[in-house]
Formats: sequence, C-alpha cells, structure tokens
Amino acid sequence: MPYEAFKDNEYIENLVKELTEAGTHVVVGQLDKLINWGRSNSLWPLTFATSCCGIEFVSLGAARFDMARFGWEVARASPRQADFIMVAGTIVNRMAPVLRRLYDQLAEPKYVIACGSCAISGGPFRRSYHVAKGIEDIVPVDVYVPGCPPRPEAMIYGIMQLSRKVKVERFFGGVNRKLKQEEFLAQHPMAEAAK
Amino acid sequence: MATIQEKVTARFPEATFTTDGILTITVPASQLTELAKMLRYDTDAPMDYLVTIVGMDWKDSLGCIYYLMSSVTNQVVAMRTSTTDREKPMLHSVADLWAVATLFEREVYDFFGIIFIGNPDMRRLFLNVDWVGYPLRKDYDQAPELNPVSVENERQTDDTHVWEQLPDGKIVETTREIFTPEQFVVNIGPQHPATHGVLRFRTAIDGETIQKIDVYMGYIHRGIEKLCEELTYQQTLHYMDRMDYFSAHNYHHGLCMIIEKAAGIEISRRAQVIRVMMDELSRIASHCLFIGTYCMDLGATTMLFYTLRVREQILDIMEKTCGARMTFNYDCIGGVMQDLAPDFVEDVKALLEVIPANLKEYNKIFTGNVIAKGRMTGIGYLSREDAISYSITGPSGRASGWACDMRKIRPYSIYPELDFEQITATEGDSMARFKVRLEEIKQSAHILEQLVDNIPEGECCVKVPKALKLPVGSWFEIVEGCRGAFGVYLESDGSTKPYRLKLAPPCLPLAGVVDHITRGQKIADLITIGGSLDYIVPDMDR
Repeated sequence: MPYEAFKDNEYIENLVKELTEAGTHVVVGQLDKLINWGRSNSLWPLTFATSCCGIEFVSLGAARFDMARFGWEVARASPRQADFIMVAGTIVNRMAPVLRRLYDQLAEPKYVIACGSCAISGGPFRRSYHVAKGIEDIVPVDVYVPGCPPRPEAMIYGIMQLSRKVKVERFFGGVNRKLKQEEFLAQHPMAEAAK
Repeated sequence: MATIQEKVTARFPEATFTTDGILTITVPASQLTELAKMLRYDTDAPMDYLVTIVGMDWKDSLGCIYYLMSSVTNQVVAMRTSTTDREKPMLHSVADLWAVATLFEREVYDFFGIIFIGNPDMRRLFLNVDWVGYPLRKDYDQAPELNPVSVENERQTDDTHVWEQLPDGKIVETTREIFTPEQFVVNIGPQHPATHGVLRFRTAIDGETIQKIDVYMGYIHRGIEKLCEELTYQQTLHYMDRMDYFSAHNYHHGLCMIIEKAAGIEISRRAQVIRVMMDELSRIASHCLFIGTYCMDLGATTMLFYTLRVREQILDIMEKTCGARMTFNYDCIGGVMQDLAPDFVEDVKALLEVIPANLKEYNKIFTGNVIAKGRMTGIGYLSREDAISYSITGPSGRASGWACDMRKIRPYSIYPELDFEQITATEGDSMARFKVRLEEIKQSAHILEQLVDNIPEGECCVKVPKALKLPVGSWFEIVEGCRGAFGVYLESDGSTKPYRLKLAPPCLPLAGVVDHITRGQKIADLITIGGSLDYIVPDMDR
C-alpha cells in the first residue's frame, strides 16, 4: 500500500484541523506529543471475540502477521487493563448488554473497532431475529474494518488508523478526562447507592 | 432375526412407515415413549445414539423427528410424531433414555414452544426468558419492536420448570431451583479467554470442587435455521462457513450432498476428490489450531506459534484455490465453485513433507512434558456408555472408545475407497482426546497422500439451474466434521426455498456433557476439560 493511500483519511485530517485550530499550548502540547507517542505504540486490546473474526485475530497474534511489531500484542483478558475493544464477530441480542458492560468497564481513554461486516451492520445475519444490526447503537465506534472476516492485513490497517487517531488527540484536559469529576461521580452507580 | 419394521408393526399396529433411505416410523404422540423405549433397548440393534431431535412446524400440526443410530449396527432409524395443539403443545420427554435429549428438547422448546413432559429442565436454551414468540414457527412475528436489542441486562432466573404427568393422567407444572440457596455459584464467561468464545458456565463450587455447572448459551445465536428458510438453496450454503468455521468445507460438503441427493444431481469424480481433499486439509488445520489453543489454555503459549505455522501453510493452499482464508464458500451444488489452482498439487506435497516433522516437534515440546501429563492424564474421564448417551461424537467420542467416525460407519463420497484408520482410544480422559487428534492429523495426511497424485481430469462443476427446485420430501445426511458428526435434515415443499433446514452440530452435545464430566473435579480442571472437548460456540448456538 503506498504511503499516500494510508494517509488518505479525511476523518483524521478533519480531526487534526479541529484540534489545532486554536493552537496548542507550548508545554502541554509537547507533553501531549510525548504521551501520545507512548500510547499509540502500546495499544492493548481486550481479548474479545464472538465468532469467525476472532480466529483471524488469533492469526494476527501469531508469528506470520505478528502484531507485536506494533505493540498491540498484550491482549488483556480484563477490560480494566485494556485500551480498546476489537469487536470481532456478530453481536446478538443476548450479547449486547455484555458488550455494553465491557465497554463501560474499559478505563478512559477507550476506543472501539468494529471488525467485520457483522459488527458493522449485522452482515449476512442482518435479517435475523436475534442479531444487532451493527454495534453503533450499543457502543460508539472509532474505526470500522470491513470484511467477512477481514484479512489480518486489514486488521493491521484498522488498528494503525486507530493509533494515528490516538497520536493527534489531546491527552491533557482532553481524552484523559472527558468528564468533569463532579459529572463522573454523579453518573457513578455508587452515587445512587449513597443517596 | 426380525427387522425393525416387523418388530414395530407387531407391537404398534397403528405405526406407519416410509422407507426412503432411512426408515421413518410415524406414531401418535401417546405411543412415542413406548416406541422409543423399545428401540433404545432392542436386543439386536439398540438405538443408543440420539443424533438429533428435529422440531417441525407442519402448519396444521407441530411435531418432532427423532433420528436414532445404533452403535452396534450403525443403522439409522427415525421416529416421527406430532400434535395438533398450537396453544400449548405437549409431548413426552425421552430424557430418561438418552442423556443428551434434555438439551435437544430444550432447543425444540425454545424454537417451537413444544413442552416436553418429564424433562427435568424445561427452560429456553438460546433466547431470553422474556422472548416473545417461538422463532421457528411459521407464524412467528419477526417485528423487531417485539424483541428489541437492549443494552439493559437481561432478566435472569434461577428457576426451571418441570411438567410431570401424575398417575391419574393429570399434567402438573412445578418450579424447581437450579441451584440451592446454600450453593456458592461462580460465574465463568461469557467474556473469558478460556471458554473459547462466548459461552457461560454458572458453576456451583464447594471449595475448589465443582458441584454442578449450568451451561448458559445463546450469546452468539444468530438464527441461521430461520434465515435459511427465506433463501434459495444456493444462498443457504454460505452459512455453513460461519458455524464451525474450521469445518467450513466439511459442513458445505454435507449440505451440498443432501441437496444433490434430493435433486438427483450426479457430481463428477474430480469434484468428489477435490471435496475430500479440502475436507482433510481443513481437518489438519482445525486439529492444529486445537493443539495450539489447548496448549495455550494449559500455559504453553509457545505451542500456538508452532501449530499456527502449519495452519497458515494450509490456509495459503486454500486461499490460492478458494480465494479466501476462512469463509471459503467453495463447495457448491453440483461440485466445487472453481477449479484447483495450478500449483495445488505441488503445495499439498510440500505440506505433506513438513507434517511428520512438525508432529514430532509438538510431541517433543508438549506431549511428553511432565506438567502437561499431570494436567491431562486422568482428568475429565468420560466412559463409552456416557459418550454414546450424551452423543459425544468426533475425536472426543473416539477417545472414549466409541468408533463413531462417520467416514467409516456411514461412508459417503469416495471415503470407502480410501485407506485410513479410525483412531480410537480407551482412556477417555483429556490426554486421550488430545492424542486422538494428533493421530488423526497423520491419518488425514495419509488420505491426502493417496489422492494428491490421483486427481482425475474432468469438469469440476456440473450445470445446475439457478432457481433449483427440489421435489417434495425430506432427507437426512450425516457427515464427519472436524469435531464430530454433523447432521443435516432438509424438508422441501417443492419450492425453491427449503421448508425446514435443521443443522445438527456436534458442538451442542459437547457443551451439554461439560456438567457431567466436571462434577467432582477441581475448578482449575474445568479449563483443561473444556479445552479438550474443543467446542466451537457459534457452532452450538448457530
């Protein structure tokens, strides 16, 4: 793939423009760069797979495609230690609350990749009575990787686009805390219990 | 020696028979239990293996078809019964004759709403407790408003229902607890790396010892059987890739075979050879991945990289011919989708050369390892009788000493001409299940050796009309997938779409037996046992 084609991503271009419109702080901007360099090179996925796409994700971890080259090999079994969910496979009615809960358990900043046509739109099972027609209604999605299942190369491309996004984000006062502390505490289930 | 038909006629004069390949006995619902008991305990050919229960909606009546096989004579018989009550249909359970029937009847209840009197656990299997309607009925309302996708947690219940018939003929419903209040229940899954997919075990433990497991599935139930009813025969094929994605070719083979049989299509010898070669290649790839992930579950992560090396080599061969790495959609009605890639023969030979060395390496790294031995030997014992009663086919069943390889006992395609052995073991533990698979790789390689130089010339696909119409009737076929016997039941009403397509996967019984073989074992061994059974969750849920 030529480098220009890899760079050809309108969404990220717009994001960069939006973020740099008002200029960046000299110190914080540099710190952001440093931290984002680290973050984008150590994106840890959650071990999460419901069907066929998950097997391609296993291949991605093995010697041939070797995602360790990019720092993604530390697949965590607990969402609390992971950076992003790769939703690999169909999400059905019964699984939807589980996926939502996993997403809620991820620590901020968190990302979601919809991997494969089932996660994007329901794919070949779209007309079924027990399949969610895409995961957008359940969790916000950052990157879509089409395919049934996508080839490991396509998955690499998808995660690389995610790391590009991570690289341009503002960490301080941005993605590290999207909510004010009071807002966060007000939403917290423990707050309900305390009342 | 009287035939089954004669014996049944003598006892059930009302029974009617159809003998189109498989002997089908139709009896009124009241006589079903008697007939089942008679067939199950027949002296010459005890029908001890329940292949599947096919739930049916014939519009004017609801019913079931039970496919039975004898482990002695390998003969297949079907029992058919129905009830005209659509409001509260009830049939008698056969769970006391075949252990796996508990699970199969729950599936039928979930899809058709048929209540089985005497089943100890009459809950829905795949769908939520509050699900509206029974999806495989012909009058099911598919409106998404009735059963919306929700992000709220589903309502859980710890109760199950049992319908019993009292001696005076009255039927009463009782509610029973799945777990007693004293039991300590640990939840494993659906998001757990060692359950191999989204399967959930509700495990009651006493200290470290497992008391009971309630297998909770449906986290990837996609309704393939219902989807197939709205598609033409050619269009139904691609779902076979997405059930057990390692046995994609084998499942395709099964469905294509049954449609070809129904339509009376003869396929060329070349296509048959190609299909068998693809089946065996996928068997090697599947068992390689099993070894890799299983060893990883036991802590030997390195093995995954060794075994995936062979799998990648096979995927390359398939990719050159089929154009995909996983969802091939290669077998089609009338043969195979496209001809072999020019360097197919060369690639397969290269693969066959490396397999013995690789197997040697696996044994050296893992099989002889003292930790591996300690964790697998004697763990998760399954006896031959239980394997049959729980319908555990495939390598897991053969490790318990049951010769259940469909390629041998119900030969199809060109398998009768091939020279290969059916691998069985008698130990019935996790180690045996592991070793049987290792040996099967050798046998598959041996089959490939015989065929690789003898691929006949000819066309790879015969012409089949796009809108294929099948005659009215029903058919049943069993093929050997990588994990066991895969049964396909097809009923046609003469149109271009199947009236009912029942897929009987091997993994559903595999999940059903987990409770039985883990009782009394340590909780750490649950992973060993589950891994050695090698179930694929999208296959059991469909």
